[in-house]
Amino acid sequence: MEKATGTVPSGVAIAFVGSGGAGALTTGNVLLEAACAAGLHGLLTRTLGPQIRGGEAAALLRLASHPVESAADRLDLLIGIDWVNAERFGAELKVGPGTLVIGDPEGTEPPPLVTASGARIMELPLTEMAKAVEGGRPNMIALGLAGRLMGLGLDQLTAAIGKFLSEKGAAAIAASCAGIEIGFSAAAGIEFGARLTLPEASESPRWLLSGNEATGLGALRGGIRFAAAYPITPATEILEWMAPNLTKVGGLLLQAEDELAAVNMIIGASYGGTPSLTATSGPGLSLMIEALGLATSAEVPIVIVDVMRGGPSTGIPTKSEQADLNIAVYGMHGDAPHLVLAPQSVGDCLFTTQWATYLAEALQAPAIVLSDQFMGQARASIERPADIAFVGKRAVAAAGSTPYKRYALAAGGVSPMAIPGTPGCQYTADGLTHTETGTPTSGAQHHLAQLDKRHDKLDGFDYGNHWATVEGSGEFAILTWGSLTGAAREACEQLAAEGIAARVISPRLLLPTRPGQMAKALEGVTRILVVEQTHGAQFHRYLRAHYDFPVRLQALNRPGPLPITAQEICRALKEGQ
Amino acid sequence: MTMPNAEPRPAAKASDYRSDVKPIWCPGCGDHHVLMAFTRAFAQLGLPREQIAVISGIGCSSRIPAYTNCYGFHGIHGRSLALAAGLKVTRPDLTVVVASGDGDGYSIGGNHFLHACRRNIDMTYVVMDNHIYGMTKGQPSPTTEPELDTAMSPGGTGLRPFHPLVVALASGANFVARCFSGNPNETAKVLAEAIQHPGFSFVEILSPCVTFRPDERKWKDLVHPAPVAATDDPGRAARRIMTDDGFNIGVLYRGDRIPFRPAGGASVPDLSELSAEFEI
Repeated sequence: MEKATGTVPSGVAIAFVGSGGAGALTTGNVLLEAACAAGLHGLLTRTLGPQIRGGEAAALLRLASHPVESAADRLDLLIGIDWVNAERFGAELKVGPGTLVIGDPEGTEPPPLVTASGARIMELPLTEMAKAVEGGRPNMIALGLAGRLMGLGLDQLTAAIGKFLSEKGAAAIAASCAGIEIGFSAAAGIEFGARLTLPEASESPRWLLSGNEATGLGALRGGIRFAAAYPITPATEILEWMAPNLTKVGGLLLQAEDELAAVNMIIGASYGGTPSLTATSGPGLSLMIEALGLATSAEVPIVIVDVMRGGPSTGIPTKSEQADLNIAVYGMHGDAPHLVLAPQSVGDCLFTTQWATYLAEALQAPAIVLSDQFMGQARASIERPADIAFVGKRAVAAAGSTPYKRYALAAGGVSPMAIPGTPGCQYTADGLTHTETGTPTSGAQHHLAQLDKRHDKLDGFDYGNHWATVEGSGEFAILTWGSLTGAAREACEQLAAEGIAARVISPRLLLPTRPGQMAKALEGVTRILVVEQTHGAQFHRYLRAHYDFPVRLQALNRPGPLPITAQEICRALKEGQ
Repeated sequence: MTMPNAEPRPAAKASDYRSDVKPIWCPGCGDHHVLMAFTRAFAQLGLPREQIAVISGIGCSSRIPAYTNCYGFHGIHGRSLALAAGLKVTRPDLTVVVASGDGDGYSIGGNHFLHACRRNIDMTYVVMDNHIYGMTKGQPSPTTEPELDTAMSPGGTGLRPFHPLVVALASGANFVARCFSGNPNETAKVLAEAIQHPGFSFVEILSPCVTFRPDERKWKDLVHPAPVAATDDPGRAARRIMTDDGFNIGVLYRGDRIPFRPAGGASVPDLSELSAEFEI
């Protein structure tokens, strides 16, 4: 193992780029696995062209000695396995004077984003070097290079590729290991200041997973046993993870003919007593909105995960944005109180989806979970999450509770739900305005009574401290949500290092709003910066509509797909002074 | 989740399955008789009321669940088949009957119709076809004749009517029948058979709208029993239906496709096995 020379507390940022089939994503994934196995933490995000096969791909990797939840504002190392179409990444590759760029002098020239950046460019004939090995590939040379520059040992890299290629056979593994070794040797003389210190002893047990996988597991932990869905980028991995795993726990995933069917299927299953979920992205959520109103009116618990991507319309399917906030909060016609939650990191996808399931079941209401492409498709190492106690449990009616009133105006607003099969409690669930027994009515008094019931059951519930992340106690507040929480947290740490005390407030529960708890979180604040990834400042407007603030809000909003970094947040806070 | 099967109650009467909610249908509407046929079929089979779920969308026909004394779901326009599919695959112990109309089922819900036939989940789909949108007061539906003059399509639509029975056969429905609401005893018998037939059973019931289609009163003189017995060959059944006069009544096709397999039992003792793949 190399001895660490220059330790970097904020970690190292690396990118691999290449055209389709060049293996940039594989290289990033294997390096992440090797680094995590060596005790480091990491976050791998990916950015892709729209092509199904053959498009340009970049793996963006941050490694550090602590968990990583946000995008880097700079690259320490960029390896171009090739530079075909690399200019399409534009500002997503933050190349600068501090970046070491390694590329092959044969083949495509590096793009202007590299040549005009002031970066230190080093030429290595990756393709030629790979030819020394039968079946050798340039991306394995890149892996060996990057691994050594990070401070990883050769055995750690070859162990990781062996695991990754375990189903490809010994020959493929041997060829890859030989390629890694060539790259590893070639890195010996390269000056690179951002080397990491590898932790000495193994820490507490950790997991490496994607946000979408974490979402699937959270759903199952919360009690979900049925899912119906229509494939859509970037949510499909949730479904592909859940399909086999639901079967293992006695559940089922049904691929629906469209999103209209998917959401109605889960309403039907939940009506039958089975906690149910669908996962989609913006276009699918748009189609599901009518049925969300039905679930609200008929008081059927369901969970809808929206892994947000660039919008409107087809937008940018492969890249992230937070611009579905408005439709999630305001999308339904009529007054339709429902739950909207947002996970805050890869690991929090698990907790928030589990909590959303618990809340939906407890409150007999639909819950929308707003994940996004950034954390959904990112892979990150996390401390092994505790097995928390939130398992959905709805109030059900016992046989013969006569006269049974499905929509009884009970204290707290939650009325026991009769599960089909329960004798003596037959009722018809309805999207029409109904009486306490469920009989359709157009009477003003029934309409008001049921609107009050559905509002009160959500508003009066005790959501505890999970409603938001509130960290720090400085006079400055960074108010954000979703996957930007990690960047806000990192910004606070950087500001603290400069002697500026800031706090992060990031609501996990977006609906119903919690004005009392927000006011408490804001006590003593003199400046507030609202950070979000939308063009229309949706979060900013939502905050102003639902909360009172002691001071004027300052906005830092930008649409996707460029992530907002901790450094930008720090700059915006300082500039506003 | 599965409820223990209650014992059948053979002495059931049709009235046991009727709720005390008064239908909103016009006097003379065919749907009154369909409701009668539903309750008679349930009684004939002796099904426990709490083991039946009647699922519907929007329209005159879709008001039927609340008029029964079974579990019911009056959902949104066109989506009843999807809602019912989710219910049946997770609750295979229930008898699931879906009620729809020609607008709800063939227009806004048309795509779900195709895929419900394909999927072949063990449930019964009943469409009360009156060739008109009744609830919105007289607009043309997919089965309306091309020349029918309405406010929304002056001079007629000029469009070829949809052929639901043939579409059902082409898409994989496992049981296809046509009934006439004016004969509730015969309809009840067909419904009872449809419920018992494995897989997706489709029953189209000609149910006149006397308010917006008074001409449909004459259907009672046009309907007649299908001249030949049901076939198990979907191609033959489709050819017969394509060339009949639209008033052949009875079971037209009985298939033997294997129904969709619902959720099974768990194969892992607890969830911790599922997260093993994430451990570093």
